[in-house]
Amino acid sequence: MSLKALSRLASLMFGLSFVGAVCAQHEGPADEQGSGAGHEQVEKFNAGKMILEHIADEHGWHLWGHTSIPLPVILYDAERGLKVFSSARFEHGHASHDGYALSEDGDVIAVDTNGLEDEAATDRIWDISITKNVVSLFVSVVLLLLIFGSIARTYSRRAGQAPRGLQNMLEPIILFIRDDVAKSAIGEKKYERFMPFLLTVFFFIFLNNLLGLVPIFPGGANLTGNIAITFILACFTFVVVTLNGNAHYWRHILAMPGVPVWVLVILTPVEILGMFLKPFVLMIRLFANMAAGHIIALSFFSLIFVFGETSAGAGYGVAIGSWAFTVFMGLLELLVAFIQAYVFTFLSAIYIGAAVEEHHEHKESIV
Amino acid sequence: MILASLVQPSFGLIFWMTLTFLTLLFILAKFAWKPILRGLKDRERSIEDALNEAKRARDEVAGMKASNEELMREAREERELLLKEARDIRDREIAAAKDKAKAEADAMINRARAEIINEKNAAITEMKNQVAELSLLVAERLLKDKLGDTSAQHALVEKVMKEADLTRS
Repeated sequence: MSLKALSRLASLMFGLSFVGAVCAQHEGPADEQGSGAGHEQVEKFNAGKMILEHIADEHGWHLWGHTSIPLPVILYDAERGLKVFSSARFEHGHASHDGYALSEDGDVIAVDTNGLEDEAATDRIWDISITKNVVSLFVSVVLLLLIFGSIARTYSRRAGQAPRGLQNMLEPIILFIRDDVAKSAIGEKKYERFMPFLLTVFFFIFLNNLLGLVPIFPGGANLTGNIAITFILACFTFVVVTLNGNAHYWRHILAMPGVPVWVLVILTPVEILGMFLKPFVLMIRLFANMAAGHIIALSFFSLIFVFGETSAGAGYGVAIGSWAFTVFMGLLELLVAFIQAYVFTFLSAIYIGAAVEEHHEHKESIV
Repeated sequence: MILASLVQPSFGLIFWMTLTFLTLLFILAKFAWKPILRGLKDRERSIEDALNEAKRARDEVAGMKASNEELMREAREERELLLKEARDIRDREIAAAKDKAKAEADAMINRARAEIINEKNAAITEMKNQVAELSLLVAERLLKDKLGDTSAQHALVEKVMKEADLTRS
């Protein structure tokens, strides 16, 4: 109901902003004449580039304007050994340091004395810098440790008593993961072994999804919308599933019982492909959902500047609509943050459930 | 191009993520999930135990109430029985006492009656004796008076002789 009211409000705002934009166009030229001189060397706003830069990783954490937090660059060069220096040395890609520089994409490349890329040397670099996403990763891990360390203490201290405070807030979620995810997907007998993994995955994704929605430091990094992160998460699920697969699971993959041999020739490769496809889909789903949320929110903001370039008035007009839509998207993203964390955990639990399933149970597996 | 790098996992991030996530998993599993899950389980078990205990106590109380009622009922029945017996005994006693009293009374009456009869007979005998004596006395006196002289004696003899003739015929 409230969502409906919000969307109605948003469409009203959007309509209003159009009126604003139309009105603004009339005064546009005069405005440009007034302030045009000072902005001549400012490069034209490129929404696509801005958005992609925002959702991509970077060396150094850009806060606002020209202010950013420099982060350590750690390189392992097969020839030159370990190199550690501050990302401030790159001066936002304008300078090279010790034979290294930043490429257009923000990657560290090796350069020669003339400032040209030495591709052979670049290939030798293993970049394990503490980038924006790594910092964000550390922040989220510290938060998780603080939160769950604290409630673990509460559980020990107030054993057997009613939950309280933070514990009370998170307990329903923990119970939800235990009862509705682990128990229902893996089964009463074997779920306990996988609880730590499932809870860690869920809260890691959920917290990072939420942190991604916070626009200011230390939030705002697009961690769960980064394919490296979702790749590793999916890898963990894959490893857990594969290591825990019982004979029944492997028989179903390698030679589905009750299927003629000539069908097996087709089916077995498909099943083996499916083994890898499941975590692959997990990876893509989480990455695409979270990246898309960021892209949409940033697109709405870009609209302001795209229109603002034609005239400041249009920019202000569009800002109202953009603001409303971003608020709406923010609310939607809150929902998505939970749903995606849930979906990832639930599907992982189902894959684990299929791997440890007893022969006689024969549940329908959901893929 | 940046767009391509978006779907290309970077080595550094993979490195840090693997390391960090493993550490996180290990630490949380050992220091957070273990006590939390155990706490939850213990609490659930203690709640369940408490509920079972309460149910058992309730059943026990109900059982006790039932057995109390049974006892009360038995006691009531016994009381009824005792009262009935007492009533019977009393009735029997009363009846016996009545019979005895009646028998005694009868005996007394009979004795009294016998005595009365005896007394009466004795009185009658006494009276007869006295009457006979008196009669003899009277007769003596009369005879003394009437037959004191010889003429009178002769007259009587004559008269008796006459009457004797008459009654013989």
